[in-house]
Amino acid sequence: MLANMKALILVGGYGTRLRPLTLSVPKPLVEFANKPILLHQVEALVKAGVNHVILAVSYMSDLLEREMRVQEERLGIKISLSHEKEPLGTAGPLALARELLTDNEESFFVLNSDVICDFPFEDMLKFHRHHGREGTIVVTKVEEPSKYGVVVYEAENGRIHRFVEKPQVFVSNKINAGMYIFSPSMLKRIQLRPTSIEKEIFPSMAEENHLYAMELQGFWMDIGQPKDFLTGMCMYLQSVRQTAPDRLTTGPGFLGNVLVDPTAVIGKNCTIGPNVTIGAGVVLEDGVRIKRCTVLKGSRVRSHSWLESCIVGWSSSVGQWVRMENVTVLGEDVIVNDELYLNGANVLPHKSITDSVPEPRIIM
Amino acid sequence: MLKAVILIGGPQKGTRFRPLSFEVPKPLFPVAGVPMLQHHIEACAKVPNMKEILLIGFYQPNEELTRFMFSAQQEFKISIRYLQEYAALGTGGGIYHFRDQILSGGPEAFFIMNADVCSEFPLLEMLNFQKEHGEPSSFVILGTTANRTQSMNYGCIVENQGTNEVLHYVEKPSTFVSDIINCGIYLFTPEIFQHIGAVFQKNQQDMLLDDLTNGNGWHRAEAIRLEQDIFTALAGQGKLYVYKTRAFWSQIKSAGSAIYASRLYLNQYHKTHPERLATNEDGGPRISGNVYIHPTANIDPTAVLGPNVSIGTGVTIGAGVRVRESIILHGATLQDHSCVLNCIVGWDSTIGKWARVEGTPSDPNPNDPYAKIDSETLFRDGKLTPSITILGCNVTIPAEVIILNSIVLPHKDLNRSFKNQIIL
Repeated sequence: MLANMKALILVGGYGTRLRPLTLSVPKPLVEFANKPILLHQVEALVKAGVNHVILAVSYMSDLLEREMRVQEERLGIKISLSHEKEPLGTAGPLALARELLTDNEESFFVLNSDVICDFPFEDMLKFHRHHGREGTIVVTKVEEPSKYGVVVYEAENGRIHRFVEKPQVFVSNKINAGMYIFSPSMLKRIQLRPTSIEKEIFPSMAEENHLYAMELQGFWMDIGQPKDFLTGMCMYLQSVRQTAPDRLTTGPGFLGNVLVDPTAVIGKNCTIGPNVTIGAGVVLEDGVRIKRCTVLKGSRVRSHSWLESCIVGWSSSVGQWVRMENVTVLGEDVIVNDELYLNGANVLPHKSITDSVPEPRIIM
Repeated sequence: MLKAVILIGGPQKGTRFRPLSFEVPKPLFPVAGVPMLQHHIEACAKVPNMKEILLIGFYQPNEELTRFMFSAQQEFKISIRYLQEYAALGTGGGIYHFRDQILSGGPEAFFIMNADVCSEFPLLEMLNFQKEHGEPSSFVILGTTANRTQSMNYGCIVENQGTNEVLHYVEKPSTFVSDIINCGIYLFTPEIFQHIGAVFQKNQQDMLLDDLTNGNGWHRAEAIRLEQDIFTALAGQGKLYVYKTRAFWSQIKSAGSAIYASRLYLNQYHKTHPERLATNEDGGPRISGNVYIHPTANIDPTAVLGPNVSIGTGVTIGAGVRVRESIILHGATLQDHSCVLNCIVGWDSTIGKWARVEGTPSDPNPNDPYAKIDSETLFRDGKLTPSITILGCNVTIPAEVIILNSIVLPHKDLNRSFKNQIIL
């Protein structure tokens, strides 16, 4: 694999869809399966030979900058932050980073930051070089194509014919997976103004036979909102089961795919899983039942509580005999008093919850 | 000598107490660990010179009632008899029908009390009050203060503040009349039967004038309500007095009010039966507040119970179980880590591991000293009013589900969570 490749990651703005988590931590740094979302992508890129990652951000965060300096050091690569003064959509950021992307003749990757899958970067590069045109986009199969914009392409070589937004009759079941590789010449198509790459750039590239689709093997999920974050976690853990089963915890009290940080402490008579991620320093007291949840760093779940389909934010505390379900998301440092029932509650950071939330709502 | 009559009603009454009244006559439903009626009987047995307790109602004689009377007679060393009405005769009609039984042996006075009240039963105070007020044969109603809005759900009493004579009586008025309400506990002298008799005669005459061919006419003449037919007429006649108590009192109409009544009685046990209150002991469960545990119950030491919990005979409570503000009836099993809040768990029911069974309490406003429990309607605006959760007899709740604000009829095996539903 050639070195000196570059990748642009479209991080964007405030990550409002993943609130209340993103009120405390920039979205790229929110841990997905015990690793910041962004690092899942960056580490896969590095493995494929990328040595310069450009983050297209529309708001600056000291936390993100500092963390990127740490990662530059750790991974031995360069990480730049390309700051949009105004939101530039999905294509504008490429124009803004034009100089960084064109300092050599190599093709470069572009990724949406919310995507989780078995990243196929090496295959993308191979595929892209094989057809030799300006762009390759990764597509993934969906069950209900009518909800998405689908991609119609030639089965044999992948050449894209057209894009159809929310098709009413079946034309294709493949959608844009938010991962691209482009040749530098593609940049001449983009001006420095708010532009949608999907709507304004891709159709003309396809018309000129410059855009090819490569089908993704395995799972794919946009984890930009809590419900999908949890679904994506289930898929990711299943893929870990197949590729690196040693990373999962098994034994009495563990069901299915469970990822536990080695510094977490788990009490007696707990039943954990399936599909649970337990972060660093988390304490689960005795008799806790937890399934399909992410428990973030430093949280505590007290005895006999029952959690399903929840995200427990950093340093939160869930009392005894609490029941939480239905995509309840606790922000950072939330305290849930003993014996409460939270159904689909979205709790903003630093709140103390003293009453049950029997129907889904936001707790300011 | 004295007697007491407890009006226990019958199977057609107490529908608000379903589904629990399917299994046991409502007067025998356990409140704070003992049958509702036993609290009345205990209070009566403490009155000096009390010779006999008569239960009047229209239940068919049944084993539970017979067994209860037998054991209560043994325990309290007092004669207890059940007198069965041939039909529901009302609070006045029933005692009039059995007046000879009540008056046999020549009691100088007798108490009448409704079974569905929870009270400190200040019976001695009522006797003393009677001696000090009016003529020797005057009648006494036990009264208590309610708030203005809630008073209209009860019998309302206007008194002469100097003499405590009842000047006016009205049952459940539609506008505010008085904040003194009728507690359903009375002290009468035999003379009361003259007044009930007069109403009976009048009913009979009305009936003869009205319709000679009506087959159930006798019943109509004998159905007499003490409140509307007697007290209303006696008010202002110098015969009827009200003794106002500040002691605790509540009606037990709905199943939800049984949990509230349990709380009142458990609290009273500090004075009357400290031995009935569980304490924190080595090797026992953690007790918070007032808790009654039947000695035959089997409770894991890691369970946490209370406040206001009553655990019946043969109940099994597993590790890490939490129970608060609930009544667990005999033979029920609460498996490990389950959480039971504001519930009545029926006989022989089972709650699975990590299940949560929860209701919404209907307690009186704690900031209003005169507030009573609302006998709420089951539905409001077509929706089930959130209330305590009731599991009928032999209901099975699977592991890990939630049952919230629901009523589960007997012998159901649920297979998922339910909220705000009646499950037939």
